[in-house]
Amino acid sequence: MSSTKAPTVMSRRELLTLIGSVAGSAVSYRAMAGMGLVSESTYKGPIKLEGNPRGASVLILGAGIAGMVAAMELRNAGYKVQVLEYNNRAGGRNWSLRGGDSYTELGGFTQKCEFDPGLYLNPGPWRIPYHHHGILDYCRRLGVALEPFVQVNYNAFVHSTEAFGGKPQRYREIQADYHGQIAELLAKATNQKKLDALVSKEDQEMLLASLKSWGALDKDYKYAPGEASSNRRGFQKAPSGGLSARPVYSTDITGMSELLKSQLWASISAGHNYEMQTTLFQPVGGMGRIGEAFGRELASVIQYNAKVVKIRQDSKKVAVTYVDAKSGGEPRTASADYCLCTIPLSVLSQIDINVGAKMQAAINAVPYMSAVKVGLQFKRRFWEQDEHIYGGISYTNLPIRTIGYPNTGYHSGGKGVLLGAYVFGPNAFEFTALPPAERVKKAYEYGAMIHPQYKQEFENGIAVGWHRVPWTLGCAGGWTDETRAQHYDNLCQLDNRILLAGEHASYIPAWQEGAVTSSIDAITRLHQHVVNR
Amino acid sequence: MKSANHVIARTLCAALLLALAGAAQAQADLTSGTIFSKGYGFEEKDGEALYKGICQGCHMPDAKGATGAGTYPALAANPRLAAKQYPLVLVVNGSRAMPGFGHSLSAEQIAAVVNYVRTHFGNAYTDVVTPAEVKVLLPTKPETGE
Repeated sequence: MSSTKAPTVMSRRELLTLIGSVAGSAVSYRAMAGMGLVSESTYKGPIKLEGNPRGASVLILGAGIAGMVAAMELRNAGYKVQVLEYNNRAGGRNWSLRGGDSYTELGGFTQKCEFDPGLYLNPGPWRIPYHHHGILDYCRRLGVALEPFVQVNYNAFVHSTEAFGGKPQRYREIQADYHGQIAELLAKATNQKKLDALVSKEDQEMLLASLKSWGALDKDYKYAPGEASSNRRGFQKAPSGGLSARPVYSTDITGMSELLKSQLWASISAGHNYEMQTTLFQPVGGMGRIGEAFGRELASVIQYNAKVVKIRQDSKKVAVTYVDAKSGGEPRTASADYCLCTIPLSVLSQIDINVGAKMQAAINAVPYMSAVKVGLQFKRRFWEQDEHIYGGISYTNLPIRTIGYPNTGYHSGGKGVLLGAYVFGPNAFEFTALPPAERVKKAYEYGAMIHPQYKQEFENGIAVGWHRVPWTLGCAGGWTDETRAQHYDNLCQLDNRILLAGEHASYIPAWQEGAVTSSIDAITRLHQHVVNR
Repeated sequence: MKSANHVIARTLCAALLLALAGAAQAQADLTSGTIFSKGYGFEEKDGEALYKGICQGCHMPDAKGATGAGTYPALAANPRLAAKQYPLVLVVNGSRAMPGFGHSLSAEQIAAVVNYVRTHFGNAYTDVVTPAEVKVLLPTKPETGE
């Protein structure tokens, strides 16, 4: 901002305009949400499809979250529903790999999961923010128990091979030192009257008070060793009881220049993002519990191992040709009045389907992104026992990018499974291109640079590269502003008797809430069409 | 809803930037020579390294592709590679599920990997793609990260 005018009192509208122009519309949207001017989710509680579908039938393709939401709600509303699913299980990307599971990726590489009972890896989604009301409501309705997912752990690590001699730093210390010194710097500029052109006299007083509070500054507006800073970054010797009770303040504050050069400030902001703000949840026993619960609910209408090869609609019905996903064999046909197709676009773009040119162009317009997760089992929960890290995430610039600690089973004496890598971007391609055992080995080697205990405690691991997942060929649809502008609405329109849904038909790609809200939007429009026909 | 899109784009972008923040990292691999690139672009240089670092994730080490619910086409002995423009355009722009690499690979890298595929796996085309031929196809607008 280069304004030289001292700010005056603003109207709410002016404030929103300013926020929008400076910070972009996303921030503006969130500011509006904060003022209660827009709602934070489109989910409005259990859907009510009123009116008689008069025996109409819907064939649903895909028993992932979007397909099963549709199947459950349409069945409740009186439709005849049938679901075809490629896999031999319900859930799609809602999926947990547990001990005893076997997973064969494209290319025929098979991994057997050797985790102990109760331990798992969520290869796909692993967290649910509190404002994803839709997926949370289905957890409630299906009796899927939830527990907290820890996004921010102040005692977890931020790590860079290029800073602090490669030694992992505690999130708590980096954040406290960074905020503290930013606050001190701003306080200094304020006191030296360098902000006079930007901040009114009256506001400067409040600014100083707020900087003191936000940055843990002392009475002289310094971020310095003492009670205030130690209460944020921790103590050299923490206060306790008895004769040894007296605290010793920490003195090893990292200077601003070293902190900036370390780049670790980039690793302390993830939890500020709307999608990762407290409170987040995970299903007890693994994310896959949601898909499993849906699958039980819909057991009588889901046909597994059905690989769709052709989708044909005419003036009377939709006919879908499928073969056995494992053995191939004779094509079979299922038909219905309508078809709700949740097949990922990576796969659907290869299936013979007679929709209009615009929808076909939209189906073909969305590339699928790369992502990799690796689960590692260790003999003991050394991150808790040795490092007092209970749940949460460490971030690193190593190719593994992430170490996720189990958010459950604290202090259990037995083994534990870490998320040993969660990778996007070029490194995800590079991980995927390795044989699975090699991915596990790399996650082990890089992780050991943060937790040397890996070397003694590692037992086994399993690795999922999403471009090798046979039923999605990628982790999620990769939209751009340009492709959305050109294709998104065309993707979501009812095309005679065919309608699409899934995370790819949402503005929250890769999140389960996108699948839920997309499905509800689609079946609401379909139902209106059916009762009005 | 555009704003919501930005929320996601920014979130992903922030996550990505966060992940890539370390200016340099991961010295080469400790044991096998596997390359893990440091930033938003790939660092593999020659055709074989590029194929092994990127392409074989989908098209498989033997370039024979794979089939599940959908298919990754074989590049081995693929007559469609006869016209060099075909693989060139696909690598730059992507096609359907396949992401484009016009933002994450240089003209030199794209030429190298296309030449590699067209001279291996049962393909034996003698005409060569030059970086200059790739350059004209590369997107002019830099990736904003959004």
